[in-house]
Amino acid sequence: MAILIDRDTRVIVQGITGKEGSFHTKLMLDYGTKIVAGVTPGKGGREVHGVPVYDTVEEAVKNHGADASIVFVPARFAPDAVYEAIDAGLKLVVVITEHIPVHDTMRFVNYAKSKGTVIIGPNCPGIIVPGRIKIGIMPVSPFKPGNVAIISRSGTLTYEVAAAMTREGIGQSVAIGIGGDPIVGLDFVEALEMLEKDPETKAVVMIGEIGGDMEERVAAMYREGRFTKPIVAYVAGRTAPPGKRMGHAGAIISMGTGAYQDKVEALRKAGIPVAKMPYDIPRLLKEVL
Amino acid sequence: MKLYEYESKRIFAKYGIPVPRGFVLERDADIKELLKRHEIEPPVAIKSQVLVGGRGKAGGIKIAKTVEDAAKIAEELFNKPIKGLLPKILLVEEAVPHEAELYASITMDRAHRRPVVLVSRLGGVDIEEIAKEKPEEIHRTYIDPWIGLRGYMARGLGKKLGLSGKRLQVFERILLAMYQIFVDYDGDLVEINPLAVTSDGLVALDAKIIIDDNALFRHPEIAKRDPAETGEYTELEAKAQRLGFAFVELDGDVGIIGNGAGLTMATMDLVYERGGKPANFLDIGGGASAERVKEALKILYEFPKAKVIFMNIFGGITRCDEVARGIVAAIKEVGQKKPIIVRLTGTNEEEGRRILREAGLEAFIDPIEAADKAIQLARER
Ligand SMILES: Nc1ncnc2c1ncn2[C@@H]1O[C@H](COP(=O)(O)OP(=O)(O)O)[C@@H](O)[C@H]1O
Ligand SMILES: [Mg+2]
Repeated sequence: MAILIDRDTRVIVQGITGKEGSFHTKLMLDYGTKIVAGVTPGKGGREVHGVPVYDTVEEAVKNHGADASIVFVPARFAPDAVYEAIDAGLKLVVVITEHIPVHDTMRFVNYAKSKGTVIIGPNCPGIIVPGRIKIGIMPVSPFKPGNVAIISRSGTLTYEVAAAMTREGIGQSVAIGIGGDPIVGLDFVEALEMLEKDPETKAVVMIGEIGGDMEERVAAMYREGRFTKPIVAYVAGRTAPPGKRMGHAGAIISMGTGAYQDKVEALRKAGIPVAKMPYDIPRLLKEVL
Repeated sequence: MKLYEYESKRIFAKYGIPVPRGFVLERDADIKELLKRHEIEPPVAIKSQVLVGGRGKAGGIKIAKTVEDAAKIAEELFNKPIKGLLPKILLVEEAVPHEAELYASITMDRAHRRPVVLVSRLGGVDIEEIAKEKPEEIHRTYIDPWIGLRGYMARGLGKKLGLSGKRLQVFERILLAMYQIFVDYDGDLVEINPLAVTSDGLVALDAKIIIDDNALFRHPEIAKRDPAETGEYTELEAKAQRLGFAFVELDGDVGIIGNGAGLTMATMDLVYERGGKPANFLDIGGGASAERVKEALKILYEFPKAKVIFMNIFGGITRCDEVARGIVAAIKEVGQKKPIIVRLTGTNEEEGRRILREAGLEAFIDPIEAADKAIQLARER
């Protein structure tokens, strides 16, 4: 078992009949993910790439048993889909959907917590355990099994870093894109709490970016000894001006928080090396491994 | 999306927050007539309606002591750009005598993943300034979304501002109304700065509501505004935004295009780390078509600061062949106005390279080599 998922995790795809949902169902199946059912209200009874489709998550769970779901539902309906998955008892919900109103995310993230469900995302690429399973939309070629975990606020940058690591012979135990929105479910601190206990993870690469204070909270956690494995960090946005949204809704320096310098200083002070370029990460990893 | 002060004040009034009596004035309207009709006597505050903060300091807010004075000031304010923005309308309202100015706002706290109410005795000034210089003067309460803001929490905050008696009751009512607005309107921010302390109560002299852009579909009654109106974007940034691109201008000379916000930022940082200066942020997003790539290139063609264009593409859902087709199409349509340096790797990489090679462009695999080349070419131009 890595964290959160493994080879036998049974997965439901919500929004399976849409263009994105159907396309990525195929790619996940090809990677070996056990997609047991799909859900699209009003389209129950069909099949997508051989996967049976149901009207409700409850029916899908009853007929196939499931642990996790991945949500491709458009932003307006996505919160409903997430609540449905939580109430059906799923323990992990990966929300790919972009542009969900932040008030909705805030509420379903709090609800999930009270029910013991982990949310990854929204606006994220998902989670992959290389060689075993992916619940997400990431390309698979950059990833290779190994013992360094990647946690990241960015999608493409995750692939870029994974590819650079893989080229240098450093594989990954798991890679999680936590999402680029101001409020997300699983955050860096919570992911690290899980990785601390994961025997398959020897070190962690954290890819942060400007905005918010998640990186600072990781620095505090590390300084206080609540995470004890080596971390190598990179923070995107050194040259980003304050007050401007850099693509991601969450990538903005505002109210005096979220600046690059503050994050890097906090991390370095805590003893976490920070790469100046993502391409330096493999070298820094070799120094700490 | 930011609302104008007069729009926010209308919502405030609807929710029972005390605001000064007033009216909006359009350019060709007769202010004397309107003052009479609304039974408002000078002194009045005349306020430029532009979507930037700090209008007071920038000269966009004037007090008129007589009706004649009001007409003159209105004329003057209509022709006075505030931080580059010319108002289309003014807000004319009673000047409210007051003893003190407080601050109150509600936003979404990212770390706590819930709303937070901020209040301070030091109103009238920019909250960021207070946060930096006197953080102990800001009081906050985090709100459990399932319980909402309760009266006792609001009163507790009021106490910290030294309020008592009737003022404390009014303060409670105002905060509860602000919270309701925050929820009903999908607020990114609901702010009163300043909240004036008058002889018999509290009055919101300023009003600011920012609605989450992603939630606008729930508020069809609110008129959309053009990005240029917000004063937050340059002309080209506004244009890019209308086309659906995240584009931010910087001060350097190496134009940047990437796929994905993180990679695009990292590409700017890479150029900086290698001794160059990025000219912008431009993200083509995931899975961009050739058409989108072409549009993005055309934006940088129009952007004089970018002397060269450095495209850093890591193909995932974005396909390298699509990107290459977009580049070739842009060159065909408008010529190669500026050197384009492409770093291309990932999905359909070989096909992408071949397409570029046929058009006489050699793509890089190594991002650092590509960055160095882009920086060098920018220096030579
Ligand atoms: N109706 C009014 N009566 C009296 N003073 C006012 C009134 N409106 C604004 N002011 C004064 O002008 C200052 C700036 O106005 P405000 O609406 O806060 O604009 P901004 O925040 O853009 O500067 C306030 O702090 C207040 O002192
Ligand atoms: Mg103000």
